[in-house]
Amino acid sequence: MRRLSGAALAGCLARQAGSAWRWLRAVSGDDAYESYQRHHAARHPGEPLLSRGAYYEQMQRRKWSGVSRCC
Amino acid sequence: MVKKLTGAVLAVLAAFALGGIALHRHEPINALWIVTAAVCTYLLGYRIYAAWIAARVLMVDPTRATPAERLNNGRDFVPTHRAIVFGHHFAAIAGPGPLVGPTLAAQFGYLPGTLWILVGAVFGGCVQDMTILLLSTRRDGRSLGQMARDELGPLGGFASLIGTLLIMVILSAVLGLVLVNVMKHSPWATATVIATIPAAIIVGLYLRFWRPGRVLEASVLGFALLALALVGGGWIDQQPALRDLFDYSGVALAGLVCAYAFVAAILPVWILLAPRDYLSTFLKLGTVLLLGVAIVVTHPVLKMPAVTGFVDGTGPLFGGKVFPFVFITIACGAISGFHALIASGTTPKLIGNEADVRLVGYGSMALESFVAIMALIAATLLDPGVFFAINSGAGVVGATPEAAVHTISGWGFPVTVEQMRALASAMGEQTLFARTGGAPSLAVGMASIFGSTFGRGLLALWYHFAIMFEAVFLLATLDAGTRVGRFMLQDLLGHAWAPLGRTSWYPSVIFASVAMVSAWGYFLYVGVIDPNGGVNILWPLFGISNQMLAAIALSIATGIIIKSGRARYALVTLVPLAWLALVTSTAALQKVTSPDVRIGLLAAAGDLAGKLAAGTLPAAKAAVAPQLIFNQRLDAVLTLLFTAILWLIILDMARICVRRLRGLPVPASSEAPYRARGELHAAGAVQ
Repeated sequence: MRRLSGAALAGCLARQAGSAWRWLRAVSGDDAYESYQRHHAARHPGEPLLSRGAYYEQMQRRKWSGVSRCC
Repeated sequence: MVKKLTGAVLAVLAAFALGGIALHRHEPINALWIVTAAVCTYLLGYRIYAAWIAARVLMVDPTRATPAERLNNGRDFVPTHRAIVFGHHFAAIAGPGPLVGPTLAAQFGYLPGTLWILVGAVFGGCVQDMTILLLSTRRDGRSLGQMARDELGPLGGFASLIGTLLIMVILSAVLGLVLVNVMKHSPWATATVIATIPAAIIVGLYLRFWRPGRVLEASVLGFALLALALVGGGWIDQQPALRDLFDYSGVALAGLVCAYAFVAAILPVWILLAPRDYLSTFLKLGTVLLLGVAIVVTHPVLKMPAVTGFVDGTGPLFGGKVFPFVFITIACGAISGFHALIASGTTPKLIGNEADVRLVGYGSMALESFVAIMALIAATLLDPGVFFAINSGAGVVGATPEAAVHTISGWGFPVTVEQMRALASAMGEQTLFARTGGAPSLAVGMASIFGSTFGRGLLALWYHFAIMFEAVFLLATLDAGTRVGRFMLQDLLGHAWAPLGRTSWYPSVIFASVAMVSAWGYFLYVGVIDPNGGVNILWPLFGISNQMLAAIALSIATGIIIKSGRARYALVTLVPLAWLALVTSTAALQKVTSPDVRIGLLAAAGDLAGKLAAGTLPAAKAAVAPQLIFNQRLDAVLTLLFTAILWLIILDMARICVRRLRGLPVPASSEAPYRARGELHAAGAVQ
């Protein structure tokens, strides 16, 4: 059986923690603006980019104009 | 091989746990049996049934491009990792429903509720959610109403629109009623709930102006503010001068809830609605996780019998036999039509690969169902006498504590006034008698689980934490429901006069919001003045409407499966549909025609009218009797309307299916044509 060294274990834990953190950011919408920036740079270069505040406001308006919460 | 082995182990474990439950019928059973049986059942359903449906019935195709990829706009259409879509979808479908329903159904004992939650979810709710999610994904994320119109015809489309709007009204009323019952004459709960409003506004300002969009930072801030609200409410409760400011009657609270919902529906969402939702979602997920851990750690013994005598229809929480009413009462934990609106809303636009619908659709619902199981455990671990004392209205068991304990002990569930007084004082409440609606007894159950896991000294704090947790997301659902109802109403009114359909024209916004709040506010008001607690009438009505929506969703799914030439697989959705149609129609028929005044709405109205005319009612009841009578008749009409809509859709679906099987023309499939994944990128066809 392969022995896991302390450093490898720490590295493994750090990677797990990192992916949990990325999941939390994505699922809560914390990274939404960054994804928007990436999408914008890839697909619409040169067009005006919304500010963080304006993007957040627009995102909320869109989210809450349909059924997004249940009983 | 490993997969088969785990499958076999799961099957043995499930059989063992279910067998354990069956064999322990006449002695107290440990909650761990139920947790084990539930988890194994869900895993088996997910691994075997869901996989089979995905492959054979829905013909999920991982090579097919999803709308998120084809229509990717970086906003609502975004291909997203399935673990994240799962989180989004679960947060959207998880509401107060699976907490309240099982608590009410606990009057039949723990067994009927547990069985329906498990069977209903594995064969009904999970299947519905996954199927609708895939069908909507195949149709560019179209809504349930649009799919009904496209696949069945204008009649089906219109019926589902009206049905959805009516559900919003009933849902908001019943959630408002649960909320009012939580806060009634409880200064601590009221102060805490009121304090969550400025807390949400501060978080809203933070997210909009100070640090735009930094949701996690804002949530940490919000958590600190909620903790402050909780402790601050307890402090106010100790100040004789202050506590009276937060001591309200039910009617006053109903007015406050309506005013709040109106304001929240017309304000820009970032001020109140969006930040409140962030707080409620984190609180909800955190508490559910905590509850799961605490149940496993404390593994309490359930004190409620497996089956109580109330299966004969004489139960104090609501009238009606175990069939059909356990299936109506536990809506959301087993199958909820409302989920079909989410599964045909935001979620399909995020699915990056069709294969993900099994995890997102089936998996989220299985987890939601597990929440219902935990709520059932929290309700049935209480002494049955205590459970019935908290949940029975004064009109059923008597207005004084002495009368109530006498009645309840007479049923064979001993409870004393001293016991209830000690419990109320431990929870920091004046009284726990007749706190109907399910939320207070759930909070007592949760407080005792948390108390024995994390220290009993803080029972009152845990109780009010549980109350705050329930109240925050009751309010969040109320806000969101009112707002969506307003949009639907404006959409409908726009057909009559175009300016009314403009969602940013203030006169129309105010008119539609007032109409929506008045509609559910009316049912809320009557529920509050009803001496039997109101929940006993409103909750079954909500259950019937929610099952009707589920039947609409399953009809659409069945119609599409048959139209696509796979009639032999249609049983997958047809069997749950037939069961729901049977249950809902039987319940509706009994609610309208039963001569028993505790079940039949018309019988109750007639009985009350007779007593009013004869002058035999006490003065307080005579004053509200005319409103109660009118309301019961109105509820009977609504019940008939729901049943009519249900059968209209089923017949419309049957008509389409018969035409298809006979080879006659039917509306063409609205499925988007096949495009291979990755093909769009290669061709550079994306805008």
